[in-house]
Amino acid sequence: MTLVSDIEGLHSANGPVADEGYIGARVSRPNARRHLEGRGTYVDDIVLARLAHVVYLRSPMAHARIGTVDADVARSMPGVIAIVDGKQVAEICSPWVGTLTHLVGMKSAPQYPLAMERVCWQGEPVLAIVAESRQQAEDALQTIVIDWQPLPVVAHMETALDANTPIIHPELGDNLCFSKTIDTGGVDEVFTNADCVVEETYRFGRHTGVTMETRSVLADFDPAERKLTVYQSHQAPHMMQDLYARHFSLPESAVRVICKDVGGSFGIKVHSYPDDFATVALSMLLKRPVKFVADRLDSFVSDVHAREHLIRARMAATVDGEILAFEIDDLTGVGPYSVYPRTSAIEGNQVLNITGGPYQHKQYRGHLKVVLQNKAPTSQYRGVGHPIACAVTEGLVELAAQKLGIDSLQMRKLNVMRDDAYPCTGASGIKLEKLSHQQCLSQLEELMDYQALRHEQEELRKKGIYRGIGLAVLVELTNPGAAFYGVGGARIAAQDGATVRLEPSGVVTCLVGVGEQGQGTETIFAQIAADAVGVPMDRVKVVTGDTDVTPYGGGTWASRGAGIGGEAVLQAGRALRRNMLEMAAVLLERDPASLDIRGGQVVDAKSGEFHLEVAELGRIANFRPDTLAAGSLPELVVTRTYAQREYPFVFTNGVQASYVEVDIETGFVKLLKHWAVEDCGRIINPLLVDEQMRGAIVQGIGGALFEECLYDDSALLRNGSMADYLVPMASEMPDIEIGHVQTPTKTSSLGAKGAGEAGTAGAPAAVMNAINDALLPFKARVTEQPITPEKILRAVGTI
Amino acid sequence: MIEYLGLLEKKMAESIEVTIRVNGVDHTRRVEPRMHLTDFIRDELGIKTTRLGCEHGVCGACTVRLDGDIVRGCLVLAVQANGQDVETIDGASDRGDLVELQAAFHAHNALQCGFCTSGMLLTASSLLAEKPNATRDEVREYMSGNYCRCTGYQSIIDAICEVMENRRQTVPQECESGCAL
Repeated sequence: MTLVSDIEGLHSANGPVADEGYIGARVSRPNARRHLEGRGTYVDDIVLARLAHVVYLRSPMAHARIGTVDADVARSMPGVIAIVDGKQVAEICSPWVGTLTHLVGMKSAPQYPLAMERVCWQGEPVLAIVAESRQQAEDALQTIVIDWQPLPVVAHMETALDANTPIIHPELGDNLCFSKTIDTGGVDEVFTNADCVVEETYRFGRHTGVTMETRSVLADFDPAERKLTVYQSHQAPHMMQDLYARHFSLPESAVRVICKDVGGSFGIKVHSYPDDFATVALSMLLKRPVKFVADRLDSFVSDVHAREHLIRARMAATVDGEILAFEIDDLTGVGPYSVYPRTSAIEGNQVLNITGGPYQHKQYRGHLKVVLQNKAPTSQYRGVGHPIACAVTEGLVELAAQKLGIDSLQMRKLNVMRDDAYPCTGASGIKLEKLSHQQCLSQLEELMDYQALRHEQEELRKKGIYRGIGLAVLVELTNPGAAFYGVGGARIAAQDGATVRLEPSGVVTCLVGVGEQGQGTETIFAQIAADAVGVPMDRVKVVTGDTDVTPYGGGTWASRGAGIGGEAVLQAGRALRRNMLEMAAVLLERDPASLDIRGGQVVDAKSGEFHLEVAELGRIANFRPDTLAAGSLPELVVTRTYAQREYPFVFTNGVQASYVEVDIETGFVKLLKHWAVEDCGRIINPLLVDEQMRGAIVQGIGGALFEECLYDDSALLRNGSMADYLVPMASEMPDIEIGHVQTPTKTSSLGAKGAGEAGTAGAPAAVMNAINDALLPFKARVTEQPITPEKILRAVGTI
Repeated sequence: MIEYLGLLEKKMAESIEVTIRVNGVDHTRRVEPRMHLTDFIRDELGIKTTRLGCEHGVCGACTVRLDGDIVRGCLVLAVQANGQDVETIDGASDRGDLVELQAAFHAHNALQCGFCTSGMLLTASSLLAEKPNATRDEVREYMSGNYCRCTGYQSIIDAICEVMENRRQTVPQECESGCAL
């Protein structure tokens, strides 16, 4: 919850508000102030009376039968309240299967909060140890002895479907979770006759989100009223409310999910996890509040992982550089269970849909195989499929440009969809409303001074300094309709609601289903509400993150917060403004059309002459309704909902460039500079959009250069700690320059598209292309991410 | 095994009395020798403004001041801090010690989720004190012990460099008031 108590930033560092209002202005986030003093409230900061703490004993093996459990010592240890196993939890919590019906043929097995007889990945929760303190629970956990009976492991996705590979869930018949093919027809013919065919294999390592605040959940069940309150670090509170209600057979109205401050999410916190359900079960069984906060070692083996794709790809072009066709074959390994309820097949599905997305080619074929394996489950993480699709597409485009002797930028200019070609449909079938590739490329060329940079690169190369320029054009799906989940049967809202009400004091309270994880959601909602109603932003209070309080909604994912939630706020604010004007018109005995609300005052629409403070409307409506005319009272509380229904998704576009220097002796890559031009439609707050881009680009760079969950042949994670798993640090990252093109979507009156993921989508491709450009004199290429110094040295033949 | 654990448990349970001054107030508690300073601050004193991100000394979220120097609270035992002076982000804020940095972080949006911010600001203040003439690259290097997953770091670096530049342009006497140069 945020009271927008001051906006002094508007008048100092950020300059004045634009004349036309707050939308489009660089407004600082009012709710950042509490974080600047450390005064946010994350789940681990919440302490309730009789609070118990749980830690989970997790499987140390990738695949094993759970033999005899000896927890006698643990039970007698100080502070231990209970030790609970899978069967006890399963008595009150029903299992789930992570499939969606529109992903035809998809399979997964029933999954329980705690493993029942068998564990299927290292990190799967097995036993709950509940104690008065977390330390006591951890002490007790150390003493538990389990007679693990190892089972054969499916470690490698490449052999997961082989006949002699064990089947993880025999009842499924094989280890194939999902497969799909897109084929426009005519693909083989194009490849046979093309002047130029480039072909390459790309590999993307598993990585994970590493939110600074680990996953955390505090469940508080009241057995008297059978009401459940869950404080959770999460992106989709209504989704969790629905899941808890259904799997614990509680009425939805008895479940309240509260998301206070969320310390980073990036998709890691948009899923349900087995230990979420287990923690709720413990609160119900023990009739007291129970808190689970993952420690960092828990996180690495139990948070969703993402990526792990192996893609064979080829592209056909004419001798003049016209792209004719793409073909990809994508294999991805997703762990032993598809994650519930969003599934683990969406990433692969998006790779298939997005590959080749920016270009005009007509022929496309994509094959996807999603296989099960005994590793941590994978699911949606920032960018979902896009970084992979973009790297494959742009890797091939670059390779073809080299082969044909065409400049990288020119190759893109030749082939991107024309800015006047919309609406249209891409070869993979994606429906595009309106994009701006050509404008973005022109702006990028200027922003980075492309020609000068090429010249510099050339000069330095003569001196034995190997720099590279890498480009990546991208499309990004945002503002999804029901196409993602609703049509597949998942109860994840495609709409979001906003309630806007005028308080007696003249403050406008705005309740929204989409919450805040630090991206500035509450700030942009305050900007929109302030403009829509006509009050200063410091008189708008935004409330999010509480299913008992806000309208129902989907929450934060697929870059939908601004576009979907923002439109709901705009509609509700406008409706409130109309009602306020009608009330003022009665009081003033004027025509409502002759009045306006500006700066918190009712004024004459033409002359701007002051009539009434908005607070006066609040006062009269609440305390002196007797002075109003007979009939219905003014409606000063308004709710509006919005769902994007014209397209499956509203695509955005952009282009990125990376400038790197490769040390040929050591294989180290220095990121010198990064540029991005993006088009997220109407920009509500440029300060926040720029920061979304930068943060997302750095997460993309993390995957491209550093981050990988390394597994051994027994499917055990080798680097599951913050010390061993590398994330980007300040000293390694480049400065990132951002440019904007604004093509508002016509699917809403706000015109905003999403901006949260495009950075992650394009950065790996741009960096990979830059490295390969630097390596050009050595006729070496790297196509496996993360691109480590070792891989570079191998590519140039040093090792 | 069980005998060993029993012994261990006994040793662990031998709590030690410590007196630690936190944000200007002395707190005397009996603590287990293994309790780290962050657990002491968060669990014993209920001061939740310092964060735990990894508990193995990598991420920097738990950075606090110990007798004026920044330390990782997860790598210092409470018993080691006996008799010493600890300051957390809220204490420093209440003294007005971080005003310039906080304003610059706010203006540059140098924080998103806020989880790293307590540690980030204290590290930044230490940088300003230690290396008032640091270059941009040196600022990046110094801040590399504090992880942030949201911002991509640039806004943090911009904010710190701006404060540094502003201080360079003011006379040293004025500078001393808030930044212990």
